[in-house]
Amino acid sequence: MKKLGSRLLAGPYIIWIVLFTVIPLCLIVYNAFTNSDGSFTLGNVLAVTDYVNAKPLFLSLNMSLIVTLVCFLLSFPLALVLSRYSSNKNSIIVMIFILPMWMNFMLRTLAWRLILLNNGFLNKGLGILGFNPVYLMNTKAAVILGTAYDYFPFMLLPIYNALVKIDKDIINAAKDLGATGFIILKRIMLPLSLPGIASGIIMVFVPSMSEFVIADMLGGNKVYLIGNVIEQAFNSGYADVHLGSGLSLSLMFLIIISMVIYKFFDKGEGGHGLW
Amino acid sequence: MYKTALKFKAISVLTAISLVLASCGKNKEEKAKKQIVVFNYGDYIDRDVLGQFEEETGIKVVYEEFLTPEAMYTKYKSGTVQYDLICCSDYMADKMIKEKEVKEIDYSSMEHIGNIGDTYWQVSKSFDKENKYTIPYFWGTVGILYNTTMVDKVPASWNDLWDSKYKNNIIMQNSVRDSFIPPLVLDGCSINTTDENSLRKALEALKKQKNLVQSYLVDEVRDDMVNEQAAMAVIYSGEASLATEYNEDLAYVVPEEGSNVWMDSWLVPANGRNYNGAIKFLDFLCRADIAEKNFEYVYYSTPNKAVLDNIDEEEKEEDTAIFPGDDVLKRCEMFTYLGPEAEELYNRLWKELKVY
Repeated sequence: MKKLGSRLLAGPYIIWIVLFTVIPLCLIVYNAFTNSDGSFTLGNVLAVTDYVNAKPLFLSLNMSLIVTLVCFLLSFPLALVLSRYSSNKNSIIVMIFILPMWMNFMLRTLAWRLILLNNGFLNKGLGILGFNPVYLMNTKAAVILGTAYDYFPFMLLPIYNALVKIDKDIINAAKDLGATGFIILKRIMLPLSLPGIASGIIMVFVPSMSEFVIADMLGGNKVYLIGNVIEQAFNSGYADVHLGSGLSLSLMFLIIISMVIYKFFDKGEGGHGLW
Repeated sequence: MYKTALKFKAISVLTAISLVLASCGKNKEEKAKKQIVVFNYGDYIDRDVLGQFEEETGIKVVYEEFLTPEAMYTKYKSGTVQYDLICCSDYMADKMIKEKEVKEIDYSSMEHIGNIGDTYWQVSKSFDKENKYTIPYFWGTVGILYNTTMVDKVPASWNDLWDSKYKNNIIMQNSVRDSFIPPLVLDGCSINTTDENSLRKALEALKKQKNLVQSYLVDEVRDDMVNEQAAMAVIYSGEASLATEYNEDLAYVVPEEGSNVWMDSWLVPANGRNYNGAIKFLDFLCRADIAEKNFEYVYYSTPNKAVLDNIDEEEKEEDTAIFPGDDVLKRCEMFTYLGPEAEELYNRLWKELKVY
């Protein structure tokens, strides 16, 4: 009886998954391997080797790696600091970092646009302080900045969670045995927070790989990512659903490969992801 | 007590839902007769006009908006909503007429159709050969909006968009056909050419220009020019006129080599359900007072003579973007639908420019 009840509870979830994940995925696979006549083709999946698609793909790869690195370098020290505070205080501080996520991300990106424009807030501020203006808008740097800003909390939270879980006694024991701060960081904190770091990396890397809105808004459409190519394939007047699906599938394949690589490393450390 | 109230609530909600469902099934056809579904560009009509139409005729207007003709076409083709009226650009109208996706418009039953000037029927012929399927709504040109304080002379030629003095100070349109206008016109080609060599040559010119271009935008062009982000931008005349209102340093010019003239028209799609209602709405839009209202709101060039005659000469002279001289129209060309092969080629070239 209890079993039936819990099965029923899973019902909505299963319906949801089938409707919004399984069926769309099947459609993408179907579209990817057919052309507009409905006959089988590999052309759409192989289109990724064409330089007009490969170049944006590598640019996306390149930029999402940088974004992930930036997010990690920013959030690890912050998570370290936060994890040291007493639990009452730190929940407020952590909330402050999550607070921006409550606002629509398009609005936040739009705000960056206003900051980075040639005569935006940043340059006005620099002008007052007597510095030369910087022209960041419509560059790769602006897109990286915007993406890193948007995905930063997704890196911070898993690392923070992993660090909080580390038993204080272990650190105290290490200190007793004469370990320096650096050794504790290298030999204890870093290895023990590895599952959190891995989760963070995946949660930042994967979505920024298929990012296109930020590139549109902050890159002035000069930065052309694989997400833009796919979006254009679905949305432009020359819409080619089949090409778009083929490219999406290639992208998914690439992401799955990176997940497998991650799993391989993860296993070595004996931890498991937190996501 | 509380429980019964809750029960009552639940029952009434259920009945309401079933009533709505029942009425959906039964009166679907009847309902279709009492409403029209209109699909238009964003912010392209005075909303008060819709209410006025509902009041005068009792026909409900379901109003939807789209951003680009391409998005409109994708949604129309998907068939999820059956539109009774669509407003779209010339080349898209051309495409839909060629694909037989439109119904003939019965002009004879329209009282106010005479308000549309002859010139504009002539212009429309480039996509609607016999003037059978469309009614002109607004029109305009493509030109250069420039900031008089940031340039040393009027950019009267498309060549000025290749002037390295303006590096990082030029905004281009982020749409395939629009961005190909300057290089094609400079090369002496038609903007409707499908010749691969000419288009490749144009692409090379655009690649060379990319280094000077600050950004490729659509909607933000106007705002960025008003905020003095750039010295020059390729822009539609209607947007240009609005920009000059916000910033007095801005001015608009249609380059002397020629450009594109565009016409947004109404058409009645083939699968619409309320033809009579659609025609009534079109006639309503042509009526002088309604056309005037829409003109005041949208402020693009109107093909409605009754409205034009009411505007004094001074205003016409002041705003050359909205009221261009006849010479401007003469050197401009309208886009036509190029067919799927040329579309694919354009798409390819556009991508090559984007990854360059």
